[in-house]
Amino acid sequence: MEYSEIMVRYGELSTKGKNKKDFIKQLGHNVRKALSSFEGLEVRAQHDRLHVTLNGADSAAVMDRLKGVFGIENFSPAVKVEKDLDTIKATAIAMAKEDFHPGMTFKINTRRQDKEFAYDTYQLNDMLGGAVLDNVPGIQVQMKHPDLELRVEIRMNGAFISGQPIQGAGGLPVGTGGKAVMMLSGGIDSPVASYYGMRRGVKLDMVHFFSPPYTSEQALAKAKELTAKLAKYSGGIQFIQVPFTKIQETIKEAVPEGYLMTIQRRMMLRLAVAVAEMRHAKGIFNGESLGQVASQTLESMAAINDVTSMPILRPLLSMDKTEIIKVAKDIDTYELSILPYEDCCTIFTPPAPKTRPDLEKSRKFEKNIDVEGLMKEALDGITITEIRPGDNFLNQNEDVFAELL
Amino acid sequence: MIYFDNSATTKAAPEVVDTYAKVSANYWGNPSSLHNFGEQAFNLLEQSRQQIADLIGAKLSEILFTSGGTEGDNWAIKGTAMAKREFGNHLITTAVEHPAVHNSMEQLKQLGFEVTYLPVDANGRVSADDLRAAIRPTTILVSTMAVNNEIGAVQPLAEIATVMRDFPKIHWHIDAVQGIGKGLADLIFNDRVDFVTFSGHKFHAPRGIGFMYKRQGRKIAPLMAGGGQERNLRSGTENLPAIAAMAKALRMLLTDEAAKVQRQREIRLAILHHIETFAHVTIFSKDLPVFAPHILCFAIEGVRGETIVHAFEEHNIYISTTSACSSKKHVESSTLQAMAIDEGIATSAVRISLDEHNTMAEAEEFNRVFDQLYQQFAKLR
Repeated sequence: MEYSEIMVRYGELSTKGKNKKDFIKQLGHNVRKALSSFEGLEVRAQHDRLHVTLNGADSAAVMDRLKGVFGIENFSPAVKVEKDLDTIKATAIAMAKEDFHPGMTFKINTRRQDKEFAYDTYQLNDMLGGAVLDNVPGIQVQMKHPDLELRVEIRMNGAFISGQPIQGAGGLPVGTGGKAVMMLSGGIDSPVASYYGMRRGVKLDMVHFFSPPYTSEQALAKAKELTAKLAKYSGGIQFIQVPFTKIQETIKEAVPEGYLMTIQRRMMLRLAVAVAEMRHAKGIFNGESLGQVASQTLESMAAINDVTSMPILRPLLSMDKTEIIKVAKDIDTYELSILPYEDCCTIFTPPAPKTRPDLEKSRKFEKNIDVEGLMKEALDGITITEIRPGDNFLNQNEDVFAELL
Repeated sequence: MIYFDNSATTKAAPEVVDTYAKVSANYWGNPSSLHNFGEQAFNLLEQSRQQIADLIGAKLSEILFTSGGTEGDNWAIKGTAMAKREFGNHLITTAVEHPAVHNSMEQLKQLGFEVTYLPVDANGRVSADDLRAAIRPTTILVSTMAVNNEIGAVQPLAEIATVMRDFPKIHWHIDAVQGIGKGLADLIFNDRVDFVTFSGHKFHAPRGIGFMYKRQGRKIAPLMAGGGQERNLRSGTENLPAIAAMAKALRMLLTDEAAKVQRQREIRLAILHHIETFAHVTIFSKDLPVFAPHILCFAIEGVRGETIVHAFEEHNIYISTTSACSSKKHVESSTLQAMAIDEGIATSAVRISLDEHNTMAEAEEFNRVFDQLYQQFAKLR
């Protein structure tokens, strides 16, 4: 079926009262950005719905993009036809036939904006329902929870007929929840935490610590590639790489083994906070999940969190590893995350890190290093990259390979 | 030269040899090495795997590389026997399988497994009813070929799939070495099959490389233990030049598959319609779609198969007795035997096997030489 427009229904926006306007404006902006590669599309974000007029664009491809945009509850592709009863009937029948499976139930749900139209909603429901029943053998009417709800809207500029709504990504439009910094390692957890952060409308900048030569170029490329996967939820993400080698080396020399991890994490958090302040972000997200590793006990979190009063948000805090893996697979970051490159968290890991580090001791051992000087040096070495959906960092040889294969 | 022995092996395509050479020269790092050089090799390996997966409609993780058809068959069978022996010790196959399957089964028999060989009809095909009747509570594997290598019979895979759907726990393996690129993809990659084995040199890739489709979630024991390559299922440093070359060969094979298959069908028919007019010719693989589009097996009564092969060779035409694997062992064709063909006529059987590059002009030349030889053979009778 050749669709003429896609009708997008808002998610939680309906509860947002006065802020609703800003949410809709942001969603309109995000949808336009997500669909920017299509020619001739018109996106109109109105107070109750958002309409994408296709003007001949490939509806399946457009819908595929829309599925990734947060703030959309669901959407329905619709066909616009003349306000002529026979044409409306024929379209409704064609749509029911397209979705038909044995035992299917349906109902017609008509709305009439054009009150001048010759038939009222009851008459239309009745006539269109009858036409579908007569022409689609085996289909049955059911008012409550039908398999297919054909929505017919008689508007001033035409009749719009749409079939089953398609589930959207839910959540809130990215950008409506302010800006924060994400500590992205490249493991399984932090991309999932990023996904949840963005789903609540937060625009995230990625902070990635890298320690050449202890971590490889591939590890860096992997973190960027993960960012590219996540960029589809927001249109684009700033990737901020922070050199961490010297800090790790210094800590390794100056701090007792049991506290290596705690002090490293304190330094990472300080750096993330500094980056956040530079970029006017208001919080730090990370992928911590309670009890998963030594740095993720309550005592550890207390000892690490000590360095800042900025909110630290942990979307995965109470999730099990199996649940996290499931989401990672759903958002297609899992296969990338398990690629075996050393990251900054796995090198210099002492054999027995303290699972219950003492706050006072952490503060004391940290005095062995020049916190301010090391921080300045790291922040001076920051590199920022704008990453867009579909960008490729890991397999730069793909084109060369394509020739070979 | 007219080469009609493509079921024995195919000529590696120049483009494929080119890939083999370039990969050998430029990407010789070990895919398991951590450094960037190994990383590149790993990426090429995975891109080759992805290409093969895409071409046959599988997932990346469902493609495993092997050394060829024989290893694939051995692995599917013995790997299942080892992985599932606590669930039973009964295996089912057909009476017309390639020795790689048959002899694997025989080895397992000596280890205490029980094997049922399904009989075949006059066309060399098993019946789905026989299969259903043969299944026991202890059955762990059914192994059937897609296309018979000797006469080209296509097994009734759709009917077999219907039976197998009622037994979702039994592994089903298809030996598709002769079946790829012959318009049979829908039959082979059905929703029920668990393991499918392939050999590269049957489709213009180098020798010593093949791949296996393994349905996600199905368990199989490794035969090659070692460094844990291929997801711990098939150890050994990956043969990357051959793998990349095979990925390319498969892409070339499956491009415009339908048109290529149609041409092979027409060439095969042109020969079939010509030789069936001769009184002393018996054709074993006659009707499509019971038989694959590229294999034609026939006998000239009273003339030994090897005599026919050598007579054609004199005219620079290369055909074979029914299978290259048994041709030097002077054993009767096991497939024809299973079809209850009289031994006298079975010894006269020869096989023509086409590829997508054969031409109608070659068929005409073959027919012309056939007429001439048939006259000569008359003196032998």
